[in-house]
Amino acid sequence: MATLTPTDPQPTTDRRAERTTKVVDLASSSVRELNQALHESSSTGGESSAVEWVITNPQGEHAIACGLTEPVHVRIEGHVGYYCAGMNQRAHVEVRGNAGVGLAENMMSGRVDVSGDASQSAGATGHGGLLVINGNAAARCGISMKGIDIVVGGNVGHMSAFMAQAGRLVICGDAGDALGDSLYEAHLYVRGTVKSLGADCVAKPMRAHHHTELADLLSRAAMAYSTAEFTRYGSARSLYNFHVDNAY
Amino acid sequence: MCGIVGIQLRDETLYPNLGALLTPMLCHAAHRGPDSAGVGLYGDARYTRPGFSSISVLLGEVEVSQVTTALARDRDLGAVEVTAAGPTTVIRAATEPWTLERGVAEILDGTGAIIIGRGRELAVLKGTGDPSALAATFDLTRATGYQGIAHTRMATESAVTSAHSHPFSVAADLCLVHNGSFANHATIRRQLQAEGHVFDSDNDSEVGARYLAHKLSEGSDLEKALRQLCDEFDGFYTLLVTTADSFAVVRDAIACKPAVIAQTDSWVAMASEYRSLAGLPGIDQARLFEPEPEEVYLWQR
Amino acid sequence: MTSANTDSGTASSGLRESATFDRATIHEIQRAAETGVYDIRGWGAKRAVPHFDDLLLLGASMSRYPLEGYRERCDTDVVLGDRHAKFPLHLQIPVTIAGMSFGALSAQAKEALGRGASEVGTSTTTGDGGMTAEERGQSKHLVYQYLPSRYGMNPDDLRRADAIEIVLGQGAKPGGGGMLLGQKITERVAGMRTLPVGVDQRSACRHPDWTGPDDLEIKIRELREITDWEKPIYVKVGATRTYFDVALAVKSGADVVVVDGMQGGTAATQEVFIEHVGIPTLAAIPQAVQALQELGMHRKVQLIVSGGVRNGADLAKCLALGADAVSIGTAALIALGDNSPRFAEEYRALGSEAGFYDDYQDGRDPAGITTQDPELSARLDPVLGGRRLANLLRVMTMEAQTLARACGKAHVHNLEPEDLVALTIEAAAMARVPLAGTSWIPGRPSRDGDRW
Repeated sequence: MATLTPTDPQPTTDRRAERTTKVVDLASSSVRELNQALHESSSTGGESSAVEWVITNPQGEHAIACGLTEPVHVRIEGHVGYYCAGMNQRAHVEVRGNAGVGLAENMMSGRVDVSGDASQSAGATGHGGLLVINGNAAARCGISMKGIDIVVGGNVGHMSAFMAQAGRLVICGDAGDALGDSLYEAHLYVRGTVKSLGADCVAKPMRAHHHTELADLLSRAAMAYSTAEFTRYGSARSLYNFHVDNAY
Repeated sequence: MCGIVGIQLRDETLYPNLGALLTPMLCHAAHRGPDSAGVGLYGDARYTRPGFSSISVLLGEVEVSQVTTALARDRDLGAVEVTAAGPTTVIRAATEPWTLERGVAEILDGTGAIIIGRGRELAVLKGTGDPSALAATFDLTRATGYQGIAHTRMATESAVTSAHSHPFSVAADLCLVHNGSFANHATIRRQLQAEGHVFDSDNDSEVGARYLAHKLSEGSDLEKALRQLCDEFDGFYTLLVTTADSFAVVRDAIACKPAVIAQTDSWVAMASEYRSLAGLPGIDQARLFEPEPEEVYLWQR
Repeated sequence: MTSANTDSGTASSGLRESATFDRATIHEIQRAAETGVYDIRGWGAKRAVPHFDDLLLLGASMSRYPLEGYRERCDTDVVLGDRHAKFPLHLQIPVTIAGMSFGALSAQAKEALGRGASEVGTSTTTGDGGMTAEERGQSKHLVYQYLPSRYGMNPDDLRRADAIEIVLGQGAKPGGGGMLLGQKITERVAGMRTLPVGVDQRSACRHPDWTGPDDLEIKIRELREITDWEKPIYVKVGATRTYFDVALAVKSGADVVVVDGMQGGTAATQEVFIEHVGIPTLAAIPQAVQALQELGMHRKVQLIVSGGVRNGADLAKCLALGADAVSIGTAALIALGDNSPRFAEEYRALGSEAGFYDDYQDGRDPAGITTQDPELSARLDPVLGGRRLANLLRVMTMEAQTLARACGKAHVHNLEPEDLVALTIEAAAMARVPLAGTSWIPGRPSRDGDRW
């Protein structure tokens, strides 16, 4: 049921890169067909990294390219809906446009790039990999993050890094209200202003290894800022154990 | 819980295409609300006309002829015109909205029929069932006008009936669609009832609409009324509210329920999901953004 | 923290206990004043609420014909999740094991649950904190919970699971998030949850990337896309506004709806939550069934009921009210050895008694079940524990069959509300069955043809 009709993907070979490009037009194929094809190509293994998928006319559809497991490259030409690249493993998913709610949610590894803005809960609960949002991210960016690295070129909305457990969130613009509320061990770096800090989130000194890890993230995300422009925020760890003053 | 969409046209050459633009917006929100749907159309020549007022009614068991015959006897109203659109009937006459509404209300008193819209510019059409099928019933693609909003509903706690469908229009040319769930609507309903407001449904969104109508009648402008709503209402909401000349969006402080706004020189549009906006002309060049919590976004014609 | 009351002497000496400020209440006020923190405990609601004991089955005699015990067939199997999933679960008995996390429970306890359930052909469920290799290995049918915290959530386990249960809430704390206190956040638990060792962990109450049924519909589609539409998707809610929640779960696309009543257990939650939020399991079932029936989905979207289910009578009554299966949690732990009199001395040393112990949050469970302490955990033999659980599940099933046969049913699912009567007006009103010996269902007008 989920095989693409022969006319839909148009395999072409880019001889210089020795890469096969498969084009799937979501104006004529369904998301189900696309994902099944992506999953099946993943399960064959081996050559998957030599295949580049180009998805045209995403039209804000949901769950595009979610559940990938192999290091394929998927380029999506346009805006996507909810949960694009959800639970990604090893694949590189590139969105040339904006992304809806829950972009790369629970990502395990690999990389996701968005050229535009991301809606709320980008990178939510992600365990690993790198998420780069070139535009702004809305509320709850990096909520409950568990090891993912997120670099946002613009601003993030309120409650970003809420209950963030591990990983790094780099914000090149400004942060909204309640940044890092109930934070655990995630590292937050903000270049601009912070509207307000959430409970238990505090500014901390930038030590040498923080500059190093931030510089590495900025360079991988191709953001040309000096690490000296950033302030680090982290957990005051005063909510780690329930007692009379924090029985929230 | 629902899908909401709406558009205000700035470019007059688009007016004939309002329905063609709004219909796919509605259909792409259908998965968010499979129970029922409704639209509010401003300036659709099928239902409204300069110098006339229109009343939108869910007649239920009442025959259209009963209404027209009775209205014909009312000499103050002059010629009365009636247009049917699915379960909704729109009645118009060359008089003030409240005069026509009073006349219609008298006839319908005790019949179970309810008035779901009134104004000089606005017609409200709603029904139950699959939103795409309803759009066809309303012949929505042929709608014309300068502004339209639509709603698809997944009923949370109140019944699935046409009367419970959105939009809620409880004052002349005022129209509201809501995605979310108010947490203290029962209390505000009681307060409004104590001030004499009568409700048509037990839908929480109707409380929002009546609250706004109440604040507008007290002299607040729409922006202020929406700020007052933010102060009073608890819970989750993305609201799209329109009047004869305004198109406004507001979200609650937590802002969980989605909203995307797109703006070009020709139009401003809002939808729960970008999916609904994807087909609009010039969307690739539009300014796309999500409304900030508790900030009122308002466009005036 | 509850201890057995010793009444010797108080009444005879003329002392009068306040019904309003009873000893437990006084103790709690003193405790609150001393510590400034709300009381956290395990188990479920301890207050008396209308329950399945308030219902009776109408066995057959002359107007209906009973089936012969042991000889005439009375089937017990159930298929869960055949609405959309390519591979629905086919269980041999309509009793499943509720979600209980590794973290809340020891690895041995999780393994024992898996062994017991698999032996009789039913499923176990993971819990908050991810899937362990042990439980996947030991469970023939494993349901993977998808919770707001997403601790240990990963797509490999999602694909390894036999079904996915999206948890919105549980009966012990509808509207609240999970809790796991520092004593139980050992290195392994912390590692699985990506938390610092020893923190008091409080989980979120809402999912991080969706809120409400319209967004849940999109979330369910994502989970189906990731797993290529193979796995049944359950939606679990704590029983409160059950009629609406069940209808919305169906509209969001659930294959199975799980309704957990207020007696449902927990590893650690504020006592105020356990005792004061939610509705009894008995009251939730008719609401859930009504919602399913009105949508034309009863038996198409399966209903699993949990919260205080203890034996085959409870099972039979749940099925008669319209459930497709039940889940047990507390009963399963008791089967493994929780609150066993074998540990009476040790319970006493902890300020409790065998039969009263509810301090699951402290991780000092003498029975080695609700603990991460390696020495205590080692006390539970997973093979023996598994056998004890399998025994309980067999007894429950045989009891339900006995009752179903007595009512003339060749399948336990053919039990119906008309096979039930209630002993109390409260139970009659909540279960929507007549008061025993009458045709009176409180709140329902009497019908033509009522003859008594």
